[in-house]
Amino acid sequence: MSEIKSFNLQKAFEASGVKEVLDELDRDLIGLLPVKTRIHETASLLLVNKAREELNLSKIQPSLHMSFTGNPGTGKTTVAMRMAKLLYRLGYVRKGHLVLVTRDDLVGQYIGHTAPKTKEILKKAMGGVLFIDEAYYLYRPENERDYGQEVIEILLQVMEDHRDDLVVILAGYADKMDKFFSSNPGFRSRVAHHIDFPDYSDDELFEIAIKMLKEQNYVLGDNAVTILKEYIAKRREQPHFANARSIRNGLDRAILRQANRLFNKGDVELNAKDLSEIDYEDFALSRVLKSKPPTQP
Amino acid sequence: MKITQGTFSFLPDLTDEQITKQIQYCIDNDWAVGIEFTNDPHPRNTYWEMWDLPMFDIRDAAGILYELNACRKVYGDNHYIRLSAFDNTHGWESIKLSFIVNRPKVEDPGFRLVRQEVDGRSIRYTTQAYSTDKPSSERYRD
Repeated sequence: MSEIKSFNLQKAFEASGVKEVLDELDRDLIGLLPVKTRIHETASLLLVNKAREELNLSKIQPSLHMSFTGNPGTGKTTVAMRMAKLLYRLGYVRKGHLVLVTRDDLVGQYIGHTAPKTKEILKKAMGGVLFIDEAYYLYRPENERDYGQEVIEILLQVMEDHRDDLVVILAGYADKMDKFFSSNPGFRSRVAHHIDFPDYSDDELFEIAIKMLKEQNYVLGDNAVTILKEYIAKRREQPHFANARSIRNGLDRAILRQANRLFNKGDVELNAKDLSEIDYEDFALSRVLKSKPPTQP
Repeated sequence: MKITQGTFSFLPDLTDEQITKQIQYCIDNDWAVGIEFTNDPHPRNTYWEMWDLPMFDIRDAAGILYELNACRKVYGDNHYIRLSAFDNTHGWESIKLSFIVNRPKVEDPGFRLVRQEVDGRSIRYTTQAYSTDKPSSERYRD
């Protein structure tokens, strides 16, 4: 067997198709600069690790379990999907599929139901990435007999023993995740990469809105630009603001109102422009713009 | 005596690595892999006990190997374990591949030939496993 003496990182980078995934990430996702930087760093780390493995410098499979923290609608799931693809291209998972679960999918209803249910999910996720949304709900300190504890034990064991079979990503709000990690030290030590997702700025949300409309073949009318910006600013003040998800919902309602407006025009010929343009009025009727900022209780 | 049933049984026992590759082949063909075990090695004993349910919706062999190891932990010392891959394509709906992945830790005592005298001088032949002379809980133990 001939020994490989050198390794061209740039070539491996291009050959593995990792570059494509990273480029796609940069192009498709607006904002999230710290997240992108972290993913680039992780990708280069893993690539270098592969190179070291080729030259027999390291034999240890690095721990790849991650935690994604951030407010709702900041793109945790989307990034997780890209992450699965990335790890697949780098050769750290064999299949690269993403299994999305929450507490309900893991915890059973009765005594003895939890372990088989959790194992079922774990088996499905093997060879890919297991994404546990709102992972902190697994641990309920107020109820001693909560079955979540059982899930945590199985999960910890599999995360340790099957490190090269699956990657676990835990996601949730930053503060609750912090509490979760401090009460489950086993997790903290097994999760190597912590990535924090910042909230989007108003400008970024505006850009996202334009992109979402474009995906559905709608355009924003010239007269609607200011009102959309105003809408975004006002929406942020509302309770339960969920970043990009709130914007998507807002746009869906605007599209609904546009359809209604067109329908009410009655017996007129509509062209493609009429059918795809979201106007000032479609936002003006929104409940969000009429409401006053909520008073703090 | 080495029991030869199912695919690969005349070859040396498969290693875990080889088993993994066979499982992956089954999964890639969309067959559902099930784990079965028995301590009655008679060739006409077709229906073995199932370990859990056949596994659908699994993408990677590691998931099946995980269950297989769990089964080995419980039954590995004194049972045969086999994997069966079921093809649910319409018209097939049957096992496409089945092979032994675990043998009892003690040597199989083999089979005895039983002669039954019937109707005058006629004789009927049948085989019987020595292991089944004992009750189920005592088979394949030193």
